[in-house]
Amino acid sequence: MSTATTEISSNSNVWSGGQSPFKASYGKLMMWFFLLSDAFTFSALLVTYGMIRYSHAAYDPSVHTAIVDNVFPFSTNYWPLPDFVFNSFPFAHDLGFDHAPLVFVGIMTFILIMSSVTMVLAVEAGHRMDKKAVEKWMLWTIIGGLTFLGCQAWEWTHFIHAGSSLSSNPYGPSDFAALFFFITGFHGTHVFSGVVLNFMVYYRTVTGMYERRGHYEMVEKIGLYWHFVDLVWVFVFTFFYLI
Amino acid sequence: MSSEETSNVQVMPADKAKIKQIWKVAGILGLITSIEFIIAFTIPTGYFKLTVFVGLTILKAAYIVGEFMHLKHESKSLMWSILLPMIFVIWMLVAFRYESGAILDARGW
Repeated sequence: MSTATTEISSNSNVWSGGQSPFKASYGKLMMWFFLLSDAFTFSALLVTYGMIRYSHAAYDPSVHTAIVDNVFPFSTNYWPLPDFVFNSFPFAHDLGFDHAPLVFVGIMTFILIMSSVTMVLAVEAGHRMDKKAVEKWMLWTIIGGLTFLGCQAWEWTHFIHAGSSLSSNPYGPSDFAALFFFITGFHGTHVFSGVVLNFMVYYRTVTGMYERRGHYEMVEKIGLYWHFVDLVWVFVFTFFYLI
Repeated sequence: MSSEETSNVQVMPADKAKIKQIWKVAGILGLITSIEFIIAFTIPTGYFKLTVFVGLTILKAAYIVGEFMHLKHESKSLMWSILLPMIFVIWMLVAFRYESGAILDARGW
């Protein structure tokens, strides 16, 4: 009886309340659980891609028409090799090279990873209550996000001009284009919301809202979301463009 | 009113080791992406290439989630609460990959 009383008063028991078992704030914890659910959504989209891709025949040079001068024989009978679909680059045609596989999407990957880095630096600055540094790194993160969106807009325009839509695709089975628009579109929407949230954090940093509040935890929470967007792109890059 | 409050804020000096660690992880992520790039053009398409790509992607994901999202440094119970549910994704992947083979056979290509 007496031991139980001491336990309650000293809060040494996990079940006696007064302490957070995860040692994380409510907001951060909820962001983590939201991201877990979002991870399931993206996993479902990428697994769907894999399922549809492997329910189509693969390109086999010993059976199908050969690749001549980097021109891939696109056909609805088999899944195209992504190297020959995503091989364009802005102004590359005018400069005389038409086959630059994965270069553009590689640059997009670097841009997004870099904006993730500047976000960590913003979080680090927030821990030190360094308002000026948080402003600087948030601004870089926003610029990175907008650049990525610009690249994606270019790629979509290029793809649509080639004749792709949700129901037609000059690069092979129509599902290929539909999945491209769905997966990169869903990811792009996340990037867009991320840029909006980043801008709100930037604005509230500038106006001194977080400084008056006494902590920059919101930078951390939005940072978690922003890193997740980067994380999803790492998977999209591998499963859609590399494999 | 706000200026009087902001003047009290103490800005702590930057922790050099912490910032160095952030750039180190950034360098690793860049390096892995470069390796993926090289592999894309040198190793012929097949299951070996697929395995290498998936392995490197999971390695990149581990760095992003563990270091950038700080999950490695959170409490162990929080870490496993987030990671363990992803088991369902592995099952989903196995089940649908198997199914896709069956559909391909049924189509008779």
